[in-house]
Amino acid sequence: MNEKIIVDVSHVDKYYGDNHVVSDMNLKVREGEFLTLLGSSGCGKTTTLRMIAGFEDPTSGEICIEGNPVAGKAPFERNVNTVFQSYALFPHMTIFDNVAYGLRIAKVPKADIATRVSDILELVQLEGFERRYPAQLSGGQKQRVAIARALVMHPTVLLLDEPLGALDLKLRKQMQLELKRLQRKLGITFVYVTHDQEEAMTMSDRIAVMHDGVLDQLGTPEEIYERPQTKFVATFIGETNIFEGCVNEVDTTKRISVGLENGNVTVAPQEGFRFGEFVTISVRPEKLRVSLEPREGFSLYGVVRDYIYVGSVIKCNVVLPNSNEVRFERLAGDELPKPGEVVFPYWEPDDCVLIHNRDNELYTALESIRLV
Amino acid sequence: MGKRLRGETLAAFTMVAPAALWLFVFVAVPLIYVLGLSFCGQDEFGNAVFEFTTKNYANLLNADYLQIYLRSVLIAGATTALCVAVGYPFAYIIARTSSRHKSVFYMLVIIPFWTNSLVRVYGWKTFFSGTGWLSSVLMGLGLIDAPIDLLYTTPMTVFGMVYCLFPYMVLPLYSAIEKLDGSLIEASADLGARRSETFLRVILPLTSSGIFSGSIMVFIPCLGYFFVSDILGGGNADMIGNLIERQFQSANNWPLGAALSIMLILITIVLVRAYQRMGGDMDALGV
Repeated sequence: MNEKIIVDVSHVDKYYGDNHVVSDMNLKVREGEFLTLLGSSGCGKTTTLRMIAGFEDPTSGEICIEGNPVAGKAPFERNVNTVFQSYALFPHMTIFDNVAYGLRIAKVPKADIATRVSDILELVQLEGFERRYPAQLSGGQKQRVAIARALVMHPTVLLLDEPLGALDLKLRKQMQLELKRLQRKLGITFVYVTHDQEEAMTMSDRIAVMHDGVLDQLGTPEEIYERPQTKFVATFIGETNIFEGCVNEVDTTKRISVGLENGNVTVAPQEGFRFGEFVTISVRPEKLRVSLEPREGFSLYGVVRDYIYVGSVIKCNVVLPNSNEVRFERLAGDELPKPGEVVFPYWEPDDCVLIHNRDNELYTALESIRLV
Repeated sequence: MGKRLRGETLAAFTMVAPAALWLFVFVAVPLIYVLGLSFCGQDEFGNAVFEFTTKNYANLLNADYLQIYLRSVLIAGATTALCVAVGYPFAYIIARTSSRHKSVFYMLVIIPFWTNSLVRVYGWKTFFSGTGWLSSVLMGLGLIDAPIDLLYTTPMTVFGMVYCLFPYMVLPLYSAIEKLDGSLIEASADLGARRSETFLRVILPLTSSGIFSGSIMVFIPCLGYFFVSDILGGGNADMIGNLIERQFQSANNWPLGAALSIMLILITIVLVRAYQRMGGDMDALGV
């Protein structure tokens, strides 16, 4: 793995008035990787991208590109280029002129411009479109022009702000694969912003999940999915069952027992959790099991409500006594309890993720206030 | 089906008829009257009499008149150029600012619209005359020794025209500039362009429709705003408008005045057609 850091965002905060949109952001982008900033709208991901691009200035903190601080440098002084969500193609210029725009500004010789533009248009499969205008292109084609226009500048880092947001689902899937292939082929670092977790999982080498201006977790798609570090990450990426409870027994060699509203459950032993602590447990539907008999270490029970058939998978909802629902998945053809039957949900202790609950910070804060 | 269609026709008729009637009585009839008048002759008292003649149109080519046409075009051209030069930055600032005072700036352009322009032009007259405000204040400050009288000059006429027609330039410019997608400006900066390059290559071409429509809205009325050149130009800067006015008011040659008016209307039509040809948006002209 190449460990050279190409973009270094360190301790960056951004306020709009009193609105704290990005708080204490630390992000190191490695050379040649495809890094995605993932989060719902308003989480600060686009603001972070715009600060790297130079359209916004951080309120505090520092951003370095290729080791050099870029504070106060205009977008045109940074060797990064942006692909905008709205494409931002110049409507009064042909496709050729759009792609050649940056090269002409940079006073590249005419002959070079012609070859570079035609090479890049070939790369994005738009040969023969040079003389058309943006209005004559489909959404997917405009998107390719926008990418070509940025790539032709040979940026160190390509920043993409929800570039596929306006495309329909089928085209989006196709473009995801194409973009990924393009990135591999060129070896250019991509920093990609999206709110679509599936898109992020498909394309990224690493994902930075953002929530309320805070970077919740940074890791490979697998790490993010299998070992979410916050409740938000667990629920935002894929489907999951969330249980909130309190650690009521810690045996770090054998198991941790957690008391929930509806009974006790058992999770695999791990460091860093103490007795009495509030925790969140995340169990993916494919990992949740049910039994007709109570299992050792689990005292949850519920009533099977209904089944949803989704092709090869059957999803089943179970209602717990406090009327919360949990969901598990089975392959079609497996034997299943009938609706209305009482079942005992459980899981293998290794199959769940234990997450520190943010409520702990709240309690600590409250305690310190009382002390003051 | 037939009945229903008839019902719709009736409904459409009742809605369109009043407007159509209004247009016919107050626009079409006077225009036809002026057109007819322009082909009339005169009796010995100067009254228009009907005898089909084209001599009024032949008279339009009088050498004295040609000089007035030329001056009109120059004054209207200068007025338009000044309106663009001042109006563009102004419209750009109010259209692109995110300031909460945006609407205040906009109203500053609109409010004078609500006052009679004749009254406002008289206001300037008292301001600039030899015994007026400007002169008195400058003398009081000891900056000048003798009163200065700026009135009755061609530049003064141009000033008055710019003053009266400025909103007609700002409003189309404002709507063109406001429609401009901000991400295009960012994209240009992202691709290496400095502000001046972005302005010349992206902003200006994409807002040129506003400049064209604003120019038409200023240039054409400028040819006919006779009261401005009357009051501030004092007869030293006569324009086509003054010429027409004089035919009706003092020279008592209505047929010639009508022919001049028809010529002005034709010029207008030609300019608007040219604007349309260049892909101009008719809505932007407010017609």
